[in-house]
Amino acid sequence: MSGLGDGPLLRVEDLHVEFPTEDGVVHAVDGITYEVARGRTLGIVGESGSGKTVSSLTTLGLTRTQGARVSGRISFEGKDLVTLPDRELRAIRGNEIAMIFQDPLSSLHPFFQVGTQLIEAIRAHRDVSKAAARERAIELLGLVGIPDASRRVCEYPHEFSGGMRQRAMIAMALANEPKLLIADEPTTALDVTVQAQILALLESLQRELGMAIVIITHDLGVVAEMADDIAVMYAGRIVETASAKEMFAGPEHPYTWGLLKSVPSLSASRDVELVPISGQPPSLIRRPSGCHFHPRCPYAQPDHARIDPHLEPVSGNPAHHVACLLQSEQRKRLWAELAKGATPEQAREAVGLPAPETDLARTGA
Amino acid sequence: MTRYIIRRLLWGVLLLVVVLALLFVMFYILPTADPAKLRAGRLQNPKIIAEIRHTYGLDKSLPAQFWLYLKNLFLHFNLGYSYYSNAPVKELIFNRLPATLSLVLGGAVIWVIAGLSVGIISARRAGSRLDRASMGTALVFVSAPEYWLGLLALFFFASDIGKIHLLPGAGSYVGLTAEPAKWFTSLIMPWLVVAAGTAAIYARLIRGSLIETMGEDYIRTARAKGLTERRVVLRHGLRSAINPIVTVLGVDIAVLLGSSVLVETVFDIPGIGRLNYIAITHSDYPIIQGTVLFASLFVIVANIVVDIAYAFLDPRVRYS
Repeated sequence: MSGLGDGPLLRVEDLHVEFPTEDGVVHAVDGITYEVARGRTLGIVGESGSGKTVSSLTTLGLTRTQGARVSGRISFEGKDLVTLPDRELRAIRGNEIAMIFQDPLSSLHPFFQVGTQLIEAIRAHRDVSKAAARERAIELLGLVGIPDASRRVCEYPHEFSGGMRQRAMIAMALANEPKLLIADEPTTALDVTVQAQILALLESLQRELGMAIVIITHDLGVVAEMADDIAVMYAGRIVETASAKEMFAGPEHPYTWGLLKSVPSLSASRDVELVPISGQPPSLIRRPSGCHFHPRCPYAQPDHARIDPHLEPVSGNPAHHVACLLQSEQRKRLWAELAKGATPEQAREAVGLPAPETDLARTGA
Repeated sequence: MTRYIIRRLLWGVLLLVVVLALLFVMFYILPTADPAKLRAGRLQNPKIIAEIRHTYGLDKSLPAQFWLYLKNLFLHFNLGYSYYSNAPVKELIFNRLPATLSLVLGGAVIWVIAGLSVGIISARRAGSRLDRASMGTALVFVSAPEYWLGLLALFFFASDIGKIHLLPGAGSYVGLTAEPAKWFTSLIMPWLVVAAGTAAIYARLIRGSLIETMGEDYIRTARAKGLTERRVVLRHGLRSAINPIVTVLGVDIAVLLGSSVLVETVFDIPGIGRLNYIAITHSDYPIIQGTVLFASLFVIVANIVVDIAYAFLDPRVRYS
């Protein structure tokens, strides 16, 4: 039963990433733990500045050059990527773990042909001739759906459209058939119609190549479509994690509710109002006391500013974890009200919770 | 692209004619001294002066004189004759060109290599002591006038008058074909002096440019591919950071080819700058005119070369 083949492909354990700056230490990632199994897809969801990108860059060791202080473990096939020497980590980067980024135009080098950049990615890890690498580059461009690949391989990134560029980035990431692909907001910079194509492409490539995917996004629509499991991040922590099905059926964290209620849905009736999450994302240098979400939480109670909640299993579902100080019963009733279309205030009154004492004045304490 | 180059060349020719017109105005209309009298030297009598005036067309109208000047220049490549030595200006300039080329091109090799190395190292260790020391030194070299650096170099290291008899001093220049080894050693000090200021500017330029480039998303992509840091910096980073250097390099070389007066004078190198300096002290207008014309030509050609090079360096630039 044990052995390398059976455990999760990637296991991140109590990962902390801090950046010392002149204004103080930025706690970008604050003790997160998650796993990705082979061939599965994990969606990491959160606002900008919630630490989702930093945690993924750290997986590839890309925060090392930025002076980050990293602690915790990132196990990938028995190796700890936090402590692995640069040389060995480089052999994994772009080879066993590949990454694609948000803006495909700025992510491709403007002065090198697309083919040259692909060939470089192949030859960084494979001892093949330039001609063979070029053949493979053309094959890869074809695989990601770029028509007339043998001609377009000689073009420069600015000659590609936005969707094409992201396809080229994906081709580059797949060059060495990675076991894990990290996609950081892969569709954010693209047109809506192109977004769907790129997601469909990622899914079909995943089926074909059997790789695991970590998809980072602020867009719940994207994870709904792709992810098997979802982790919701807030202020450098995971506040809720569950299977995608579970997360959409019975979300437990007020922040997750906020995310769900602020996204328009085609199936909901048109008079259900969208409710934005009030306030600003907190400073990661001076974080709020207690539950980091309490200044923005419509259901916060006085002691929530004091007590720091831990990620704990939800009663009745050991695979679903949440870090919230509300009682399980209260959460279930609140979500039932919200799901019916109640505003946070109405839900709070229906459940009989007192209003937070001093509204949002505590934000960014 | 070909059409673009042809258009640029035609513009270059037009620009040259404008420069010539300005030169003509400066040297034939503005000076108070009569060129014919200067030409006559010690044999000043009205008859000879009138004769000279006629021979050189100085008795014609100014537009006619300018036309004659252009005709001589473009049809016969004739730049006139020195008032002082009677020698053809063209010959004087071409005799001096090798020394100036040796000085400037050798200096350029040094300032590019030194500027790039210091700049790259500083950029990779931005904020370190090494970086601060290099940039401080660079500031000194940028601010120091080159004739002062040249005199200091001679004072300390010249084999005749120096504190340490290390390198051949002023007036030791010989041609490359005559004595290659002596040519090289005699130029070491001038090269370093001519390169110091520009190397310092390039170091600061490349440092800033590389630091900015290393923050680009495509650098993150290059790292994510698993490339070595060396390759990330030297191939992906430098490829973008080098563009501003290429832009200034052509013009810097061209400007120096026409105006390395100070260094050539301090080290007594028989180049175009030195020729120009002597000509100015003798009011030898045909020579001054010739050297300024050459200097303008260098700058115009360098600008065209830089523009064309840019199209090859940055594929996003497509001239039409």
